[in-house]
Amino acid sequence: MMENISGKVVRVGKNIDTDQIFPGKYLALTDPKEIGKHCLEGVNENFSENFPENGIVVASTNFGCGSSREHAPIALINMGAKAVVAESFARIFYRNSINLGLPLIICKGISEDVKDGDTLEINFEKNKVIVNSKLELDFEPFNEQSMKILKSGGIKKLMRDRLSKEGEL
Amino acid sequence: MHAIEKIFAKNSGRKEVHAGEFVTAKVDFAEINDLYLQTVYSFYEMGGKKVWDNNKVAFVFDHYAPAPDVKSANNHSEMRKFKNENNLKYHFDTECGVCHQVMPEAGVVKPGMILVATDSHTTTHGAFGAMGTGCGATDMATILITGEMWFRIPEIINVKLEGKTKDGVYPKDVILEVLKKIKADGAVYKAIDFSGSYVDSLNVPGRMTICNMAVEMGAKTAYMQPNDEVIKYVKERSNDDFEVQYTDSDFEFEEEYCFDVSKIEPNLSCPHSVDNVDTVKNVTKENEIKITQGYIGSCTGGRVEDFEVARDILKGHKIKEDVRLVIVPASSEVMMECIEKGIVSDLMKFGATISTPGCGACLGAHEGILADDDVCISSTNRNFPGRMGSTKSKIYLASPATVATSVLNGKITVPEEFIGGY
Repeated sequence: MMENISGKVVRVGKNIDTDQIFPGKYLALTDPKEIGKHCLEGVNENFSENFPENGIVVASTNFGCGSSREHAPIALINMGAKAVVAESFARIFYRNSINLGLPLIICKGISEDVKDGDTLEINFEKNKVIVNSKLELDFEPFNEQSMKILKSGGIKKLMRDRLSKEGEL
Repeated sequence: MHAIEKIFAKNSGRKEVHAGEFVTAKVDFAEINDLYLQTVYSFYEMGGKKVWDNNKVAFVFDHYAPAPDVKSANNHSEMRKFKNENNLKYHFDTECGVCHQVMPEAGVVKPGMILVATDSHTTTHGAFGAMGTGCGATDMATILITGEMWFRIPEIINVKLEGKTKDGVYPKDVILEVLKKIKADGAVYKAIDFSGSYVDSLNVPGRMTICNMAVEMGAKTAYMQPNDEVIKYVKERSNDDFEVQYTDSDFEFEEEYCFDVSKIEPNLSCPHSVDNVDTVKNVTKENEIKITQGYIGSCTGGRVEDFEVARDILKGHKIKEDVRLVIVPASSEVMMECIEKGIVSDLMKFGATISTPGCGACLGAHEGILADDDVCISSTNRNFPGRMGSTKSKIYLASPATVATSVLNGKITVPEEFIGGY
């Protein structure tokens, strides 16, 4: 079972593409900490600087659309985002985030019901997102493959374990 | 089964696969572009030693070709080391062009294959009857180690394109019409099969333009049944055997859309979303939209046919003051043909800036970055805020013919007086 996550909401809109999450001009950067400083700069220049401790990004539909750049989840993780909750996610961004161990929560209705500063609890036992300790919304359960990766703490750990078992490490 | 399902079944050693199932499938070719040094890092972090097959992996240096700064130059250098240590058969350095153009040109792309690349526009290769899909750096690193990737078999949407387009209407206008209908998230996690009489008779560049933009609807992959032109193109470039897959007649699509392409007008995707589409006529009816830059290039609109139509429109004219036209051929093969046909010199005489083959300013890396007050009309694929530079700039997406006509007039204009299509 995954550990529950609690934090403060930071709201963004719909169709937030990976150019807005991590602008093209920084793509040559490879240091994760540096990458984190520019997270969501396409939405707001000071987004990362102002991001609260234990923050959770809440978005509408199609979060992470566009370019396949893995810098996008690397930026979110290193900005300190504990999770992203959205109505829906773009496919490559979804895989990239799960691979790196960043939980993406698909939760219908979330973008209507929460605002900046709300507190959010992601409860994996109940499969619910709980807003301000009151409103409870169901989220879509992870598929088997994603759950396996998240539980292992990301695909890198999973692959190392596999290679280790095969005697390749 | 659908042809895409048959490709997945074959590569995962199963008789049948169906939408919603998870499979681990063999990857026939894996490509890494120069934004993804993280692939090399993830490869070693996971305990990788050598790539699984040095004939099936290639780097393409396209986003930073040639290197615009020290950081990207160093990234190239690290990738070259990895390439040499793994003795990779194929390598496309900064002289080659955009991955989605150079791989088919090199004979790497064939019908019936699974091609995975670290680029979202890998849907392009559906034009050849291949299953092409994009992934991130760490997914790619797992492929380099194992030769496999896990996939969810996608639901498939059928987009039927019937009839012939009017003069002045191009494949870009057709795919923008589809985007207008299906929207930016209408095909997330799904595949799009483009079929119909328009697709059957469409040439290779036009097919690539349409499949390329399937990802702008969120699609995992695109598919077109290969026609004679595709088979000829592939056989001219590769001696390898390949197997074309066909969709069973009883296959049931999840959704179907039908477009009569003869009714499509020149289209415009307006800021700041690719699916914000209307006809050029409607958008410019009441307000004229002055432009400061035209851009023709990319894996969507940077092929010989695209520059040829621009040349036909611009030859003998002179660019207006305070307007720029940036030309970025998709590959060196494209550029050489444009030089041989006199297209490059005609466009230079008009006043165009000719850049080296690659991704250029399409993703805001270099070679034509937009200023705060710039308004750009572009043959590329994305008009997200800040995609080509300043987040304050505006990007309109259109066919190369509409880009050229608009540059000629200094404002967004329908290319109706120009005869022909391709």
